[in-house]
Amino acid sequence: MNLQSDDFELFELPRRFAQDRSAIDARWKELQREAHPDRFAAQGAAAQRLAMQWSVRINEAYHRLKDPLRRAAYLCEMNGAPIQAEDNTAMPAAFLMQQMEWREALEEASAEVDLDRLDDEVQQSRQSAIARCGELLDEQRDYAGAAQQVRALMFIARFAQDIDTRRDQLGQ
Amino acid sequence: MALLQISEPGQSPDPHQRRIAVGIDLGTTHSLVAAVRNGVAECLPDDQGRVLLPSVVRYLPGGGRQIGHEAVAQQVSDPVNTIASVKRFMGRGLQDITQRDALPYAFAAGEGNEETAAGMVSLETAGGMKSPVEVSAEILATLRYRAEDSFNDDLYGAVITVPAYFDDAQRQATKDATRLAGLNLLRLINEPTAAAIAYGLDNASEGIYAVYDLGGGTFDISILRLTQGVFEVIATGGDSALGGDDYDAALADWVLQQKGVKAVSPEDKAAVRAAARRCKEALTATESVAFCAVLAGAEVRFDVHRADFDAATAALTARSLAAVRRALRDAQLSREEVQGVVLVGGSTRMPQVRQAVADFFGREPLTNLNPDEVVALGAAIQANQLAGNNTAGDLLLLDVIPLSLGIETMGGLVERIVGRNETIPTAKAQDFTTYKDGQTALAVHVVQGERDLVADCRSLARFELRGIPPMAAGAARIRVTFTVDADGLLNVSAKELSSGVEARIDVKPSYGLSDDQIARMLQDGFATAQEDMRARALVEARVDADRMLMATQSALDADGNILSNEEREAIEALMQSLRQTRDASDDAAAVEAATQALAKGTEAFAARRMNRGIREALAGKNVQAL
Repeated sequence: MNLQSDDFELFELPRRFAQDRSAIDARWKELQREAHPDRFAAQGAAAQRLAMQWSVRINEAYHRLKDPLRRAAYLCEMNGAPIQAEDNTAMPAAFLMQQMEWREALEEASAEVDLDRLDDEVQQSRQSAIARCGELLDEQRDYAGAAQQVRALMFIARFAQDIDTRRDQLGQ
Repeated sequence: MALLQISEPGQSPDPHQRRIAVGIDLGTTHSLVAAVRNGVAECLPDDQGRVLLPSVVRYLPGGGRQIGHEAVAQQVSDPVNTIASVKRFMGRGLQDITQRDALPYAFAAGEGNEETAAGMVSLETAGGMKSPVEVSAEILATLRYRAEDSFNDDLYGAVITVPAYFDDAQRQATKDATRLAGLNLLRLINEPTAAAIAYGLDNASEGIYAVYDLGGGTFDISILRLTQGVFEVIATGGDSALGGDDYDAALADWVLQQKGVKAVSPEDKAAVRAAARRCKEALTATESVAFCAVLAGAEVRFDVHRADFDAATAALTARSLAAVRRALRDAQLSREEVQGVVLVGGSTRMPQVRQAVADFFGREPLTNLNPDEVVALGAAIQANQLAGNNTAGDLLLLDVIPLSLGIETMGGLVERIVGRNETIPTAKAQDFTTYKDGQTALAVHVVQGERDLVADCRSLARFELRGIPPMAAGAARIRVTFTVDADGLLNVSAKELSSGVEARIDVKPSYGLSDDQIARMLQDGFATAQEDMRARALVEARVDADRMLMATQSALDADGNILSNEEREAIEALMQSLRQTRDASDDAAAVEAATQALAKGTEAFAARRMNRGIREALAGKNVQAL
């Protein structure tokens, strides 16, 4: 294991989408306990610099592994199906229709209950996209199909953020 | 007769091996220093037994100054030269200081860089122009002397606390002040995290905790997960310009409005502030109190009830709770999942604040540690561990960056590089290219904040990358790496990928001091007026040499077996040469050079140790998993 190991090697996890979040968390803390710069504070600048590199690398991997969206994107890229969110904005018509409906609902939302209802719907949609992503990655090994799901998840995540912004505007 | 010193069981008996490390809470209203003595963290008192040092510095004509209680005594008689709450000006420009008119100081725009015409605000005093960094350094130096007197020894280093919501400029200013005060900075840590350490270790707590920290000038909320000595910050939020001072100002405004009078002169402004503060403090214990202040020679008197005070400050308390809601949302937790709420900061003594927090979380907050001391105590525990005194300690802090970092792109938009609440240390790389043939330099403007427009975020610095090899437009690939270290401070490095050339970086901080300015302040012998600069430099070089020798020795003792005989001999020769230079030379530069030589000579060894440590950690887990 070294700084060039991939995230799964670093965290000693099987290279697949389905993961146990608590195992990722525990492994992260275990690794940071060894590598965090604070452990080397009394050992000179060179040790500090190296510890910093390790610690940054461990945090980077943790950041990617713990988030289903980023984890799925990483697996797609490792398997030759990059996400290319900027160049690849073609989405199925049904998905775009649903996005438009959500946008309208968000515009019209005037109270917290409206936002909660919308939030629930978005979360459900997110859960099913994540489940679909898992099937495509772990069972069907359809990485191009999974990349499409990841792009859908990115739209959903963006929309969830917009709901939060709206909450702030409503003074929640 | 000197008493024999006997060390704790399990701790080093050699006094030279025990490093004195302190935690300092550099507060808006007052500051404290604490240290671990005999295994227990405690605040160090001054020679009159007082633990709190008022964060007030008075400058006198001719270079004299008064710090702490002495300065407070002159606050009303000499308001222009008596600087209080300087923490609010750290890393801030002139236009950032709200309510400038209500403050008695003579503000001046600092020496900024020419392009932004910004720069950190300065204060004109009888002792000359003072940067907030210099004022803060006076306070830190006072605490340093207090600690040195307590232990009758030099300090190995200090952990300084900052509000979690401090941005990069405010953190950098604090770091600069530490350097000016002649302290070796072990780490900047966040105040709520420090409080959590003191609480968590004291109560052996596990689970999700919220730390609500309302100080004199800043408000922080941190949501933490505590598991077996790991303090993981999940989300943080706050307002670096909301604190007890604002409650004072709101009360003062309300009373003046009721009476239909105005405070105009600096003396009147200071008197009104002081009266409001007395009134606020009295209302913690009583239901009503008289507000008394002498304005323009006439006494203003007005009866204030607690309900009036609550009403006049309700908007401030609501502002803090809005930040709490945002932090919970960032943490993706509901308020019911929070198992304990810790109150920190003197301003949480106000009954309306306590009540509002209790109502919000639906539980009584924890207050069993002194809210004034808890931050310094936590910092002392961390300092002791960082100094390597507590080798059995398994305390680990995993903190986050409070505000997103981004760079300016076309049209004044922000491209986000590091998101808020990401665990530090962290690094992100971004590739840039040139748009003109033969372009050899490019400028990157780094901002901090959550908004999409550059104009709505805080400008941190402009980084100019120079030395890019000339190429056709768009051919160069310049990878800029933004690193946020464990202190929460940003560093930028850049490399042209096709040629491998490292770009040189000139940093122009928007609201900070340049290296030249700091060097000049050090030259001016600030905080060390009575000391000979050369002697001081030599002492510091020798302390650094000792630090390096100790570190190398303990590394050899622990992992010397991974070295070949020749490698070990080479390192030992460098150590020997450093020892000789340290003892024989009185030239600071020579000692520094020998220290550098040892640092360089042990770099490969350090790398191998690190890699082995990580691999062993992995192997250890394998054995358990089998």
